[in-house]
Amino acid sequence: MCRLALKTSNEAFSPYGVFEAMEAMQEGYDGSGLGLIMRGIQFTDYSYNPRDPVLSGIAHTEEALHRLNAFMQDKGFALKYDHEFNVDLTHIEAKDRHKYLLRVYKMPESWNNLSQEEIEERLMLTRLALRKDGEEHGGDLTSFAFWPDVIMIKEVGWPLEVGKALGLDEDRIKARVCMAQGRQNTNWGINLYACHPFFIQGIATMTNGENTAFIPIKDWLTGKGFPGYIGYQSDSEVFTHILHYVLKQLKLPLQAYKHVITPLKTEELAEHPQGDFLLGLRNACRRLIIDGPNAVIGTLPDETCLLVMDAKKLRPATVGGKPGTWAMASEMCGVDAMIPDRDKSKDFQPMRPHTVIVPPDRQEYKIWSQFDQFPLPQAA
Amino acid sequence: MVPIRSVPSTPSSLAANDFPWIIEHREDRCTLCGRCTAVCPVNAIKLSYMRQRMPKLVLNAAERKTSYRTFVGIRQKTDVSKRCVGCGMCAMVCPNQAIKPVPNPTRDRVRFQNTQKGEAWKRGGRRNEPGANLLDKIIFTRISMLTDPALDAGRHEFFMNTLLGRVLSPEEYLKRKINGGWIPPVREIFPFIIGSMSFGALSPNMWLGLLQGVAYLNEVHKIPVVMATGEGGCPPWVLKSKFLKYMILQIASGYFGWDEIIRAIPEMKCDPAAIEIKYGQGAKPGDGGLLMWFKVSKLIARLRGVPEGVDLPSPPVHQTLYSIEESVMKMIQSLSMAWDFRVPVYPKISGSNSAKAVLNNLVRNPYAAGLLIDGVDGGTGAAYNVSMDFMGHPIASNLRECYLDLCAQGKQNEIPLFAAGGVGKNGNVTQNGMALIMLGASGVHLGKYIMQAAAGCLGAEDHNRCNICNIGLCPKGITSQNPKIYRRLDPDKVAERVVDTFLAIRTEMKKIMAPLGRSQSLPIGMSDALGIADKAAAERLQIKYVC
Ligand code: SF4
Ligand code: SF4
Repeated sequence: MCRLALKTSNEAFSPYGVFEAMEAMQEGYDGSGLGLIMRGIQFTDYSYNPRDPVLSGIAHTEEALHRLNAFMQDKGFALKYDHEFNVDLTHIEAKDRHKYLLRVYKMPESWNNLSQEEIEERLMLTRLALRKDGEEHGGDLTSFAFWPDVIMIKEVGWPLEVGKALGLDEDRIKARVCMAQGRQNTNWGINLYACHPFFIQGIATMTNGENTAFIPIKDWLTGKGFPGYIGYQSDSEVFTHILHYVLKQLKLPLQAYKHVITPLKTEELAEHPQGDFLLGLRNACRRLIIDGPNAVIGTLPDETCLLVMDAKKLRPATVGGKPGTWAMASEMCGVDAMIPDRDKSKDFQPMRPHTVIVPPDRQEYKIWSQFDQFPLPQAA
Repeated sequence: MVPIRSVPSTPSSLAANDFPWIIEHREDRCTLCGRCTAVCPVNAIKLSYMRQRMPKLVLNAAERKTSYRTFVGIRQKTDVSKRCVGCGMCAMVCPNQAIKPVPNPTRDRVRFQNTQKGEAWKRGGRRNEPGANLLDKIIFTRISMLTDPALDAGRHEFFMNTLLGRVLSPEEYLKRKINGGWIPPVREIFPFIIGSMSFGALSPNMWLGLLQGVAYLNEVHKIPVVMATGEGGCPPWVLKSKFLKYMILQIASGYFGWDEIIRAIPEMKCDPAAIEIKYGQGAKPGDGGLLMWFKVSKLIARLRGVPEGVDLPSPPVHQTLYSIEESVMKMIQSLSMAWDFRVPVYPKISGSNSAKAVLNNLVRNPYAAGLLIDGVDGGTGAAYNVSMDFMGHPIASNLRECYLDLCAQGKQNEIPLFAAGGVGKNGNVTQNGMALIMLGASGVHLGKYIMQAAAGCLGAEDHNRCNICNIGLCPKGITSQNPKIYRRLDPDKVAERVVDTFLAIRTEMKKIMAPLGRSQSLPIGMSDALGIADKAAAERLQIKYVC
C-alpha cells in the first residue's frame, strides 16, 4: 500500500513539510519510490512567469543532457532558467543522476498563433519525444513533466532523504499545491516512471492500493491511439489518463469522473435525475470502471484539488484543514502532520459516491455526491 | 473347423463385444420385470428364452440322454441399427441393479459399420473428444492477498452483468446525446446465456421448463438470464407474453417460425432481448439446421409452417447470401427495422479462420450489436458425425484473436463478443465461462451443458454415450416430440434445475472474482489473471505460462 499526501494553500510553502507528513505515515511504504508534483510555484532566485513551461526530469548522463539541449534548441525553446539543485547524492541510492532537470523555457515564437489546444498537444508531444529519446538510449533521459507551472520530481528513496538529496529543505522552491506519494513496491519493478503522481497535460493524480481492472483499462486506453496514453509502468497511471480523457477528450465536467470510474448501479440510476444520460455514459465508458481498493488524489491546472475513493471504499483517506489551507492524505496522521492546527471535527472521509473538491479559492472543501444532479452541456 | 456355411457371417455381422457398449446382465438378480427392454430407446435389448444343455455323466448307456434347462435372460441385439447407445436407462429403471451398459474397453467395430444403406453417420451431441479441453486447463493465477485485500465472496457486492448490444464510443455517445441521434439498444444481461436450442430440437416440456426457469431467475432472483430460441420460432403465447423480453429470437437460413413471429409483432407486449442471425454453428459449420422427420410433430409443423413428418434441413447459407456485406448488412438492418431499432441484432457464426474478417465487417456496420462465435465443441441435436468431430475452430484462440483485434482498434467495448462451444463440457461451466470472459468474451452461451445440468441429458463424449437426439427417442424426453416420451420430463423440475444451476454459477463467479480482487465489473479481457501450463497455448492466447 502506498501513502499519499497533498497540501494546498493560498500561501506558497515548502514541499519539505509534505515530506515530513509522508514520514508520519512511514509504515505504509518501503522507500522504493517517491514522487512529488508542485503547482503555483515560486523560486527564491528567479521570478517565474507561470505561463512558461517547466521541464522536469533527470539527465542521467552528460551525453543525454547534450542531446536534450540540442533537441530543445532545435524545437525553438529558449532556456530562461535552469534550477541548480543543491544535490547531495549521499542520501539516496541511485548513482546515475548526472543532472536533475528543472528548467523554465520560453515557448517557440512559431507557437504564438496556435490555439490553446494545439499548444497543449505540442507540449505533451515534446515531453513524449524526450521520454522516447531517453528510452532509445538505455534510459539515460527521463522526462516527467513539461508544462507551465508544474514541477515534478521522482526518485527512489525515503522522502526526507530525497528532500535532503535535492536540497528541498532549503526552501528555494515553494508552491501553493504539493502532492507527494511514497510507494510501496507491489508487483512492478522499481522504475522512476512507475512513481506517482502521474501527469498528462496539466492533470495529475496519485493513488494507493492496486487497481485490479488495470489490464482491461490499459488495453482500452491504449486502443484510443492518443499519444499520451502510454507508459503504464504502474497500474495507477490509468487513473490519471481516465481523468484526462473525461475532462479533455470528452470535455465533461469534473463530476463525471466519478461516474466513469465508479458508476452507480442500474437501480440507482433509475432514480437519478440524469439517470438516462449516466446509464449511457456507464455503458460507453464501461471499460474504465476501476476495481480498487484505491484512493485517488489529484490536482488540476487551475489548482483545484480532488479526492475520490473506489466503490468498495476499503481505503481510508481524509481531507481536513482550514480556510486557505487544506490537506488530503491517505491516513489521518498525514493530515495531522500537514495541518495540525485545524478543527478535526470538520475532517471528512469520502464514501462511495463522493468527490471531494478543494476549489482554487480554498475557502472550503466541497462534497459532490454521485446521487446529485450536476451541470452538463446540453447532453443530458 | 466347421464348414463356413454354418457360421452366419456377413460383413456387418458383429458380436456383442464389438459394440461400444456391452450390456452386462445378471440373471441371478433379474426379476424379469421387463422394464429395461421397455425403456430402451433403441430397442437394443431383448428378453429371451434360452436353453442350456445339461449333460449328465452316467455310465449306463440306457440312462445317457441329454436334458435341457430353459431360462429367461436379457440379451443385447447385435444388429448395427440396434446398437446399445450406453444411455443407461435400463440400469436406471431396473429395480434390482441387474443390468448395466459397460463401455467396451477395446476398440468397437460399429464405427466401421455405421454406414448402412449408404447413409453417413448422423447423431446428436458434440465433438466426441473426451477429456479435459483447453478451457479446463486455464487457471486463475492472479490472487490478491496482501498488496490489495482479497474480497469476501459472501459479503461483498458483485457486479457481474454484461452488455448485449452495440455500444457507442464515448465520443459518439455524447455527440448523439447532444444532437438527438439514435442510441443503439443495449441489454444488461447475465453473462451465462442459455444458447440456441430450437423448439423442435427440444421437446415442449424441456423448452417450457427452460423458459420457466429463466423467468423465475429474472423475476424472483433478479438475475437477468436470457435464453435463445434457436431456429424454429417460438410458441405464439410466448411471443405475446411478457416473457418475450427474456428471449433471444434466432433467425436462421430456413427462416422457420418467422411467419408467426413477424405476424405477432403488433401484438407483442414487450421487445425480445435480441435477435440472433445464425450464419453458422460450431457443431456443424457450413451446414444448416437439421430437424429429422421423426421430430416434426403436428405442433412443430404448425410452428414452422411446414407439413408434418418431413425432414427439415435448413440450407447451409441464407438465400440472401451473395456477399457478406449484403447478407449481414441487409439482414441486420431489416431485422432492426422490424422492431424499430429497439432490439439488438447480432450474428452467430461458427468458429473459423475467417472469424476476424466477419468481425471487421461488423465493426463497420453501425447496426451490428455483437458477434457470437460458436467453437468446434458446440453441441447440436442432429448433424453428420464428420461435421461434428472435425469441422470448426476451437473457441479459445478464435475468440482471443478477435478480441485482440478489437483492442487494437480500440473497439472492444463497442462490439461485444460472445463465445460458445464446449463451455462446461466437463462440468467446469463457471471456470470455462470465466476463462473465456477474461480472454475477451462479454458472455458465453451454454447449450449442451444446460441439457445435462437442467434436464439430466445422458449424452457424453466418452464412447459416444447416448447422443441420439436426432431420432426423436431421447430417453430423458429432452429432445423428443413424442408425448409418450417427453412426458417423462417434468417442466417444473427442469425449471428448478435451471434455477439451481444459475444460482450456483453466480456463486462460483464470485468465488473466482473475489480472490482476483474484482467486484465492480465483469472482468472482460482481464487476461493478466490467466495462466496455463502449456507454453504454446500461453503464447497463442497471450496469457501467462505457468508450471
Ligand atoms: S444402455 Fe440404453 S441403449 Fe443400451 S440397452 Fe440400456 S437402455 Fe438400451
Ligand atoms: S439424453 Fe436425450 S438429449 Fe441427451 S444425448 Fe441422449 S438423446 Fe440427446
